[in-house]
Amino acid sequence: MTQPVLECKNVSISYYTRAGEVPAVYDFNLTVNAGEAVGIVGESGCGKSTVALAIMQYLGRNGAVTSGEIIFLGRDMRKMSEQELRKIRGSQIAMVYQEPMASLNPSMRIRDQLIEVPMVHEGLDAKAAELRAIELLDAVRLPDPQRILNSYPHQLSGGQQQRVVIAMALLSKPKLLLLDEPTTALDVTVEAGVVDLIRDLAKKTGTAMIYISHNLGLILETCDRICVMYSGQAVELGNIAQVFNHMRHPYTYGLLQTLPLPTADRFARPLVPIRGQLPLPRERPTGCTFGPRCDYFKAGVCDLPQVMQSVARESTHEVRCARASEIKWKVPDKLGSTQKSAKIGPVVLQVKNLRKYYALKSGWGKPARVVKANEKIDFEARESETLAIVGESGCGKSTVARVLMGLDTATSGEVFINGNEIGQLPVKKRPPGLISNLQLVFQNPFETLNPSHSVGSQIGRTLKKFGVAKTQAEIEKRTGELLDLVKLPRAFADRKPRQLSGGQKQRIGIARAFGGNAAVVVADEPVSALDVSVQAAITGLLTDIQREHKTTIVFISHDLSVVRYLADRIVVMYLGHVMEQGTAIQVFAPPYHPYTEALLSAVPIADTSIVKKRIVLQGELPSAITLPTGCPFQTRCPRKIGAICEQQLPPVKQLAKGHSIMCHLPDDELQAMEPVFALKSELKTKSKKRSQASS
Amino acid sequence: MARLKKFFAAVGLLRESPVGMIGVGLVLFWVVIALIVGFLPLRDPLAQSAGDLLKPALTLAKDGGHYWLGTDDRGRDILSRLFFGSRLVLFWSSLATIIAYSVGMLMGVTAGYRGGWWDEAISFIGNVFLAFPQMVLFIVILSQLGSDSPAGQWLARMGFSATWVKGTTIVLAVMFATAPQVARIVRGLVLDLKTRDYVAAAEVRGEGALYIMLVELLPNARGPLIVDACLRLGYVTIAIAALGFLGLGLPPPDPDWGKMIADVRGFGALAANAMIWPALAISSLVLGLNLMADGLREIALRD
Repeated sequence: MTQPVLECKNVSISYYTRAGEVPAVYDFNLTVNAGEAVGIVGESGCGKSTVALAIMQYLGRNGAVTSGEIIFLGRDMRKMSEQELRKIRGSQIAMVYQEPMASLNPSMRIRDQLIEVPMVHEGLDAKAAELRAIELLDAVRLPDPQRILNSYPHQLSGGQQQRVVIAMALLSKPKLLLLDEPTTALDVTVEAGVVDLIRDLAKKTGTAMIYISHNLGLILETCDRICVMYSGQAVELGNIAQVFNHMRHPYTYGLLQTLPLPTADRFARPLVPIRGQLPLPRERPTGCTFGPRCDYFKAGVCDLPQVMQSVARESTHEVRCARASEIKWKVPDKLGSTQKSAKIGPVVLQVKNLRKYYALKSGWGKPARVVKANEKIDFEARESETLAIVGESGCGKSTVARVLMGLDTATSGEVFINGNEIGQLPVKKRPPGLISNLQLVFQNPFETLNPSHSVGSQIGRTLKKFGVAKTQAEIEKRTGELLDLVKLPRAFADRKPRQLSGGQKQRIGIARAFGGNAAVVVADEPVSALDVSVQAAITGLLTDIQREHKTTIVFISHDLSVVRYLADRIVVMYLGHVMEQGTAIQVFAPPYHPYTEALLSAVPIADTSIVKKRIVLQGELPSAITLPTGCPFQTRCPRKIGAICEQQLPPVKQLAKGHSIMCHLPDDELQAMEPVFALKSELKTKSKKRSQASS
Repeated sequence: MARLKKFFAAVGLLRESPVGMIGVGLVLFWVVIALIVGFLPLRDPLAQSAGDLLKPALTLAKDGGHYWLGTDDRGRDILSRLFFGSRLVLFWSSLATIIAYSVGMLMGVTAGYRGGWWDEAISFIGNVFLAFPQMVLFIVILSQLGSDSPAGQWLARMGFSATWVKGTTIVLAVMFATAPQVARIVRGLVLDLKTRDYVAAAEVRGEGALYIMLVELLPNARGPLIVDACLRLGYVTIAIAALGFLGLGLPPPDPDWGKMIADVRGFGALAANAMIWPALAISSLVLGLNLMADGLREIALRD
């Protein structure tokens, strides 16, 4: 029996704050063997990053491991001296953080930052160290290592930076690699590349990995085993297949039910949010920490402290639930009430040939540079319809929102709302009725409310401004109604934003947007900053309000799973162009635009029964100042057919009613495309049929 | 009530910083003295006594009382001059700071939020004033706006006393020298704050620029500004004392701390006692303000 790389035994970690000791993680057990990838998954505040920092023995001044052992290659790290730890960190245990820019020194060339590692830890000379660095830059699939070595971090894209950080972590051939949300700050197609890389590296180098993420899909794609954490405890631990297919903890079960899958919509499989909220560390219940939110809570059993126990006969699958064997587990499908689709009404919002250029400041005598944020945008949205605009950062989707809201005016083209042209009308020139008709829900819940004013006064101000309510009594009444609408207690009106959780803030943001009975609500990534269990509640709320008020929602997002779940129609954007648009079903099924295909294949899916085609895009996103000639996607397109793609802007083809694609690919090739997602069972029957046919 | 509670909670937080508490103590000492000085059994700060010139501390007076801190070159009681002087110093330096701050915040928030042409213009004007050594700027402004100037004469005709005329010009001089510095800080804070979604939310609901600047932006810049205001108040106190020392301060015979030093400086070592007390008064007040600012910053950084 070989020695495990890392063993955490009954580890408890606390932070010491002004108010006293706050237990962050307790009774944590985990074994990581050589060559194994273990995922730690959980929502924000569950303690997953604290575990990583504790393994590095790097908790900072106000944190400490209070009990237990962290055994690295047979030695308890808690008993090591500061000097021994320094030798281990960066050489035997390496860590990759979420923000690549924060891990790299902005004032040093990549070369100096990379060669430092083997020079310090192994005493190599600069030449040998550089050779090693080049080797690793190659291993992380960065083309032209010399150019990278000579660059400063800001000269690289986010994906390149993160690859450099991974290369740096691997430079001294660590035994254990800790990855703390390494792809969260990256775009999905870039993320797909990095995830691919991490998986390959683990196989090739035999490095043990701990992969920390909030994204169950990513863990499924990269890891062998998974540890689900909730409120400072590991609640379920097992192989990927065990946990995903036979979960035995109500929290894991709930988590999987709150996840939108890119294969299901809101009518077929409505998401079931986990009720309640994550308890604060000081207010954890004495028994099962998940007890207050659990549907299977049983007094006398669940209010006692819970221990990790093996699921019957399977020693590798452990769960912290006393009732695990009593609960009748179902596959999380066809649960919750199915809803009927709302009746789609007449066209409310129309965007025609919208173009938006931003002029950049340039020095004296230099030609003015122009950012082409939107080149030619065409779409329309109807009453009670959810139209999603999808694309990665820099595709111009937020610019569309800014023009709609009147924060910017269109360079050319037209925007109609109920027949009124507003593309050239900045918000200051819009009449109040129009302003209240078109409102915005923001992305970041921590910025959407002004921290200096109470919730009630912020909603009240909106009502006054919209002319909905005039007297104080009216305002209070309407504020109360709006709080009811977003399912918050009326007493929240007196609260300051900092007393609210992220999800609650987002609800207030929604209440504010609907203050004047808006006909069109633009939601700019409204759930991307929220935890999954909260996401489900917010998306549910939005659709509920939409059904009641017949609102048109323009949903801007990069997350295709959420989009598939929410949207009736989808617009896929890339570098200021609409690449494809159609109903959600049309866009998610072949024929695809090659970019849509790549985007879909990049979505991590937390479902073991689905296999997907892997397409990893090569190259970097071109700059919006110097757009590629011809098709904007031609520089990265895996299905490029030749010179025509570089010379001519592709025509917009109508494939079906309401489904259009901007691509040069001939029709027969489009028709021959295979779906990106397939059920494992279907694939098997297909291959069987094929083999039968051939024999 | 809620407000009072919050205030005490804030003071409670400050208690965690010993440095801050020392600062609060020093500042509070002078504030309390300024408030109650009229009720204290002190000698007349203006009364001269030809027989008691430049006496050391703890000297017995002819009338049976004590000169606790000695006397100055005209036989005036230093302790009572110091204590009555605290009123003048605190009043004029606070007033000057408040006005400089108001103007500076308005400049900074406009430059930061409006940007473009507004920013260029305001920043340019600010930079012009910042390019002068502060003292030179003071002297130029005071000589132009002094009691002999048309503005000063007009104020005097309106029935303002010489102290008020002089005080007003000092406040204006401080404003010109300080407001650009404040504007710079506020502009920097606003440049960051204006990218927040709640500002976009206000724009999207059709709020005017003035509302956004005053209601959405400035309240959120208050944290760093409170710390800076404490420091700035200290600088202004020093500046006003310096002006008094140069003879550009409040007119005689008001007991201005800076002027108290200037009055006796011709007597050299003989006047050491008469000089050390006002110097200590100035430095204790300024030190107090600085320590208070440090304490506030320390607390703001925690969490």
